[in-house]
Amino acid sequence: MERVEKYIPPPNNRTHDRDSTFLSEVVRRSGVNVSLCWHCRCCGSGCPFAADMDYLPNTILRLVQFGLKREALESSAIWICVGCHTCSMECPQAIDMAAVMDTLREMAMESGIQVGEPDILKFHNEVLKSIHRYGRTHKLEIMMRYKLWKQDWFKDLDVGLKMLSKRKLDLMPSKVRNLGKIRQLFVAEREEKKK
Amino acid sequence: MNPGRLKEISYFPGCSLATSARENNQSMLTFCRQSGIDLVELDDWNCCGSSSAHSVDPEVGSQLPARNLSLAPAGRPLLAACPSCYLRLKITHQKLLKDKDARRAYHSRWGRPFNPELEIIHFFDLLAGMADAGNFGDRLNRLKGLRFVPYYGCMLARPPQLRNERNFHGTMENFLSSLGAEPLPWSHKSRCCGTFLSVSRPDIAARSVRKIMDGAAQAGAECVVTACAMCHLNLEIRSALPGKIPVLHFSELLSLAMGIGGGMGWFRRHLIDPRPLLKSRRLIA
Repeated sequence: MERVEKYIPPPNNRTHDRDSTFLSEVVRRSGVNVSLCWHCRCCGSGCPFAADMDYLPNTILRLVQFGLKREALESSAIWICVGCHTCSMECPQAIDMAAVMDTLREMAMESGIQVGEPDILKFHNEVLKSIHRYGRTHKLEIMMRYKLWKQDWFKDLDVGLKMLSKRKLDLMPSKVRNLGKIRQLFVAEREEKKK
Repeated sequence: MNPGRLKEISYFPGCSLATSARENNQSMLTFCRQSGIDLVELDDWNCCGSSSAHSVDPEVGSQLPARNLSLAPAGRPLLAACPSCYLRLKITHQKLLKDKDARRAYHSRWGRPFNPELEIIHFFDLLAGMADAGNFGDRLNRLKGLRFVPYYGCMLARPPQLRNERNFHGTMENFLSSLGAEPLPWSHKSRCCGTFLSVSRPDIAARSVRKIMDGAAQAGAECVVTACAMCHLNLEIRSALPGKIPVLHFSELLSLAMGIGGGMGWFRRHLIDPRPLLKSRRLIA
């Protein structure tokens, strides 16, 4: 089975690479007790995207338990997880996997390592930029900017044109009046405030 | 209900219903108005942050919904129709209920005190109340024989924080079957459509959508009825079946059963045209 082939056990004899504070930091930031996971793999069997991940969801938790920070933060799995919560519905230990994934993505961005799925991060950033700009998402612009970065104008062109012709994509953004308040919430503005 | 005086409920449309799923928005508004409920759009609402904000900037992810909560006038519930917006609003409200410091920060940031009583409801909550009031008694056979599969997507009542909240599964089946349509059993009711992966990893989203649409075809469905505007879009744009099965918003079908919607242009906006099916059932002219 495809999934068995993809299962990569945490490497042995790499104790020198282990970060002893990683587990406690993930637990503190996510508010989830990762140590509760007993690796029954229910999460992975429920996950609709497990086959597309480099590590199964429980393996990500194992990496955290072992303190294998680099492996966890560089993984593609933490980006492919969309937070659909199917795993937490399956989990006999009621582990909030999506919250752990949120924390790991955040730590991945802070640590400046190579992000496992740059396309997905780019898309999220474009959505946030749109909210920063207008207070709401302007889908057409998000798509255009994403495509401009990705340089694949012709992929999905038919879908884009069809959406335009059905007026699914508005040409002009819809804006919030009180934009100042919204912009204050963003990182750059937060940093500015701290100075 | 008392004619002339509509019951007012605050309404948060969210970005999807305001733009790409305008037909969902309009059919719901029209349906509500006809049923004696006035959905009053939240003045100057902002995006709830969708999946992206909590994915890469949790601070923004929790503050964006908080602003919307602060805009809701006291004394009436706040309705959201998009499952994802509903979740974000509800999770934020619960967080604020539990955290005194966060409430203080909320007050100073938005200049309004936190309203612990604010009731955040989904469109389905509203419907349950209307059915109890006996609103649909005279429409019983409008959708007779229409075979559909109900598709809720992953966002309704799933995350651990909301485990004790109401679960909406079964709502669409109950309603539409009481109007004469026939719900078919299938196993993809709440399978995730792939959300944002549809843009950033279309290969993955397309595979997920294909499984869902194949499932609908195998179940023998004439149409898929969705509860989520974003799922609706994903199912339409990533569906690759040769004889494509139309995907309808729940509110559209509900409106049709009430005798509204034929000439409103909603069905023209669909990427998979549902009109041949609806015409053959004499639901539209």
